[in-house]
Amino acid sequence: MYVAVKGGERAIENAHTWLAEERRGDTDVAELTVPQIREQLKLAVNRVMAEGSLYDPDLAALAIKQSRGDLIEAIFLIRAYRTTLPRFGYSEPVETGDMACERRISATFKDLPGGQVLGPTFDYTHRLLDFKLAAEGELPDALEREAAPTRTPHVTEFLNREGLIEEAIAEDATPPDLTREPLELPAERALRLQALTRADEGFTLGLAYSTQRGYARNHAFVGELRIGAVAVEMEIPELGFSIEIGEVTLTECETVNQFKGSKTEPPQFTRGYGLVFGQSERKAISMALVDRALRWEELGEDFVGAPAQDTEFVLYHGDNIQATGFLEHIKLPHYVDFQSELELIRKLRREAGATEVPEAAE
Amino acid sequence: MLDETSNIQERKAWLSLMARAPEGRLAALAHGLRPGFDWLRKPETGSVMLRGRAGATGSPFNLGEMTVTRCSLKLTDGTVGHGYIQGRSKADAEAAALVDAMMQTADAETARNSVIKTLEAEETTRRDTRARKAAATKVEFFTLVRGED
Repeated sequence: MYVAVKGGERAIENAHTWLAEERRGDTDVAELTVPQIREQLKLAVNRVMAEGSLYDPDLAALAIKQSRGDLIEAIFLIRAYRTTLPRFGYSEPVETGDMACERRISATFKDLPGGQVLGPTFDYTHRLLDFKLAAEGELPDALEREAAPTRTPHVTEFLNREGLIEEAIAEDATPPDLTREPLELPAERALRLQALTRADEGFTLGLAYSTQRGYARNHAFVGELRIGAVAVEMEIPELGFSIEIGEVTLTECETVNQFKGSKTEPPQFTRGYGLVFGQSERKAISMALVDRALRWEELGEDFVGAPAQDTEFVLYHGDNIQATGFLEHIKLPHYVDFQSELELIRKLRREAGATEVPEAAE
Repeated sequence: MLDETSNIQERKAWLSLMARAPEGRLAALAHGLRPGFDWLRKPETGSVMLRGRAGATGSPFNLGEMTVTRCSLKLTDGTVGHGYIQGRSKADAEAAALVDAMMQTADAETARNSVIKTLEAEETTRRDTRARKAAATKVEFFTLVRGED
């Protein structure tokens, strides 16, 4: 039986009005603008774009303002918005080898072509609260130095010359798109990468950390981490040729992992791959570790029962919008469901009582 | 006309440059250009699914979408212009289509001087500045020599 319950409209409306007031906070404090969020909370904006799976910094900043800084709520707003957009098409695969690198480091090679470029990083800061930021003040300008206008080659390009690492060979099959067809198993690597790049950062980090602690046997080095702008190119039907339709900042991580070799492959290094919207390096490294753990089958490794090796576990629980949708729905009215549970419990207790009472009387 | 390879390369270059411009800049620069035109397709915002490659060089996968606004128009002399820009600015898309059309006509120099050259210069400055800041954070390793020899 389904019983419609009415009567909450006014309470809901008043709750939302109060929400708007609470969002604004103390009116003696200046209101936050969307450009301020976009420029000054850029890493939060990047996370919302990555997990919302839509690259648009202004929309992500607006979503953060609307959600009062609740990033999963902001991601939810972006996911909902993107479903309203007509899809114009698919881009050519981005050329991360041509990235204008603002940060590029390798944990495996000290002297690599193109050098170690730290970029605007939190690394090597002392993690002490900087009270100067609580006061208004002038900042020193970032220093500049002559830059060589050369392409920065991938680390794997020169490891490959010795044949010491597996090659990533292009097969130009059309990749599956989980925004178009529901996620189904078994999932090929292209589908896993799409799911991982938009997966929850915390979930991905936890899984990646579990592989480092021994839940899946692979020891990863960060072969290369690079952050910078890449061009997005797309074939335009009405023009008959491709043009760049914009530029996005991406974080790419390639891990290098030990591999003992198999019947068909000599011992060599294998790779895990992470590519994420924005400056999102924790997420990109996590993605690469989990990608590598999920590749156990194609590399002929044993399934040791680790969560990070379990495709179904990873892909079905990594999406924070699916997860929060299901989790939070249990707080919504379930009066009728619960009414039947209540009656069942009462009935069971009556039956138990009916058999117990005579015993007590004996 | 534009069926030669070099002309396609040129047109690709100006369309790409306009697509990459910061929001609002294109519309501001093209403000003075107002040739008459008819819409073939009014500005509409949609998404494009970006692709990456596994291991940077391997098989493609879907990375996520970006917002794109596009439109098409026809000048009174019949020249067709297409605008594709990143983001959601309809004014920028209109300016891109208008400049694309003008660049194919006798007014090309006007459009080049008022829009294209400025965008090129600003983009070069923007990119150079970031590349120079990155270069200043490049690690210079030095080796400490220990022992007698």
